[in-house]
Amino acid sequence: MPSTLFDKIWTTHVVTDRGDESLLYVDRVLLQENSFHAFDKIRREGRTIRNPNQAFGFSDHYVPTRNRELGIDGIRDPEIRNMVELITSDTETYGIELFGLGHDYQGILHVVGPEFGITQPGLVIAGADSHTSTHGALGAYAFGIGSSEVAHVLATQTLWRSRPKTLRVTISGERRAGVSSKDLILFLIRTIGSGGAVGYAVEYSGDTIDELSVEARMTVCNMSIEAGARAGLIAPDQKVFDYMRGKPMAPTGTKWDQALAYWETLQTDPGSVFDREVQIEASEIAPQVTWGTNPEMVTDVTGSVPDPDVEQDLERKSRMTRALEYMGLYANQMIQSIPLDRIFIGSCTNSRIEDLRIAAQVMKGQTCRIPTMIVPGSEQVKRAAETEGLHEIFQLAGAEWLAPGCSMCVGINGDMLASGERAASTSNRNFEGRQGKGGRTHLVSPAMAAAASITGQFENISSYAEARSWNL
Amino acid sequence: MEPLIQINAIGAPIRLVNVNTDQLFPARFIKKPRAVGYAQYLFHDIRRTDAGDINPNFSLNDPKFESAQILFAGANFGSGSSREGAVYALYDSGFRAIFAPSFGEIFAANCLKNGVLTARLDREKIKSIHDALDLAQEPKVSIDIDQERLTLPAGQVIKFSLDPFQKHCLMNGLNEIDLSLQFNDEITAFEESHRMTCPWTAL
Repeated sequence: MPSTLFDKIWTTHVVTDRGDESLLYVDRVLLQENSFHAFDKIRREGRTIRNPNQAFGFSDHYVPTRNRELGIDGIRDPEIRNMVELITSDTETYGIELFGLGHDYQGILHVVGPEFGITQPGLVIAGADSHTSTHGALGAYAFGIGSSEVAHVLATQTLWRSRPKTLRVTISGERRAGVSSKDLILFLIRTIGSGGAVGYAVEYSGDTIDELSVEARMTVCNMSIEAGARAGLIAPDQKVFDYMRGKPMAPTGTKWDQALAYWETLQTDPGSVFDREVQIEASEIAPQVTWGTNPEMVTDVTGSVPDPDVEQDLERKSRMTRALEYMGLYANQMIQSIPLDRIFIGSCTNSRIEDLRIAAQVMKGQTCRIPTMIVPGSEQVKRAAETEGLHEIFQLAGAEWLAPGCSMCVGINGDMLASGERAASTSNRNFEGRQGKGGRTHLVSPAMAAAASITGQFENISSYAEARSWNL
Repeated sequence: MEPLIQINAIGAPIRLVNVNTDQLFPARFIKKPRAVGYAQYLFHDIRRTDAGDINPNFSLNDPKFESAQILFAGANFGSGSSREGAVYALYDSGFRAIFAPSFGEIFAANCLKNGVLTARLDREKIKSIHDALDLAQEPKVSIDIDQERLTLPAGQVIKFSLDPFQKHCLMNGLNEIDLSLQFNDEITAFEESHRMTCPWTAL
């Protein structure tokens, strides 16, 4: 019987079944500072950690993006400092590798996982962060869990899971100039809604997906959770195998050959049946800009803010009204007329080297009109960018070139918007208060954010003559 | 974890849809130790207006719903991040059951681990319950978990359904790690065979 990529990973990880649930073996568990509740639980219940080698810790949510040479002393807020100290002491106590402050590979867990080879095709990966779906871009079944389940994985190396339904999203055709993978996923969320994939493991396929680089695919899988999906996956292909080769934790020698032979089988068989199918035509997608307080509240850069008064559904209408009030926008306002205060380029969605290259292409020789923060996803990304001289392009334009971490995506390390400030951000959530209480977030791609930093407003980059030559 | 068998408590409506964990428990409070009590952070920014005053339009600020332990919410409740603090904030505020047309799934899993019931009811049922709660002088609801039914203030009975395992865990207040460790031999056997067939995954 033909089976899907998801089926293949699921089936090979079931330890036992109980009613509708299966006990799934977890190959890797990824931790971050917020995992302190999980360690507290382990201690309180007197548990031992089954396989500390299969757990990895990351200091990313609370690390400062400035004064990094000071190490932990660079963190003035005692509560923030405590978070970075807790992950350090907890991982040390239990013998778990930590990509902490000062580590050569420190960075956002969803950036470091793939670049260090922790993430591999066919693995089951659980992470203490909802954007763990990112890792599905390499053909892994990867999902976020809360602290109690983190403790469960640490103690048992397993998790109970009911089998999700499967949804295949097929994206076909050529993208318009200036349209990146960020626009594809925002457009999908616009199409199916922020709860549109609840209950499903989503497999992305089609020639538009095939054509994306591995990093661009991570952006798509990353935001699967913004449609409510349990996971997002893409079948591994030659691009993924090439990406894996030589990563610090990738297999070598005969193990590489064995792994590769296995990874090549991780395809959805022809004739496989999905519980649901969604088809999207890439040529219909323009650069996207969110206007509201949920990623489904998104439209074309050439469009306008919708009018709640013409909305028939009362629930939706009241949501739109509230969103416009919070965002300080009015009905029918042209997206390109919205004046911006700040730009944030970073986050687990868009802070990889390819994202920074695109931003640099747009910003080269230009001057930022509004304050612009550029936060690489990891120390490795930072080094690569500096080797290529991208930091000089950013700094010459007047942007801030900062140290790696989650930074203003979630605004808990101290980097945040002031109340009423409006930002174009390459991150993943435009929720009320997400980037700082009262802060207003418009989600966009790195190219869109970079273009907006030059003019202080959203630009239709599809119409730029040079957009065709960008390697999006 | 305390067993959850019967709940007799005030039910409160949350009419918003897509309530996310940043709204339930803003990220800036995650760094607080649980010992401080998370109740003060629940719906922190929704409870207040943008100017910082108490928002009179938010249901939980209504004295009638002040002591609520049951929520009837809009679709996609608890969407967004995996932060379990969102559930701790609900639990510390006394909430033991949430009904909604759909839930963010990480949130629902987190609820179960903390002895908070989540069950789906369709949009129309939730709407009719909202109306019933508004009408009632004392919006008391009782929930019988074993029978999978809730009784509204005026006596109307509504059935819901629970995953049998979820029900078992809630009713017995079971610690899931203890349960899973009963499968330790199976896990070890699986692990050995997994490392044989996929040796590159062994660490």
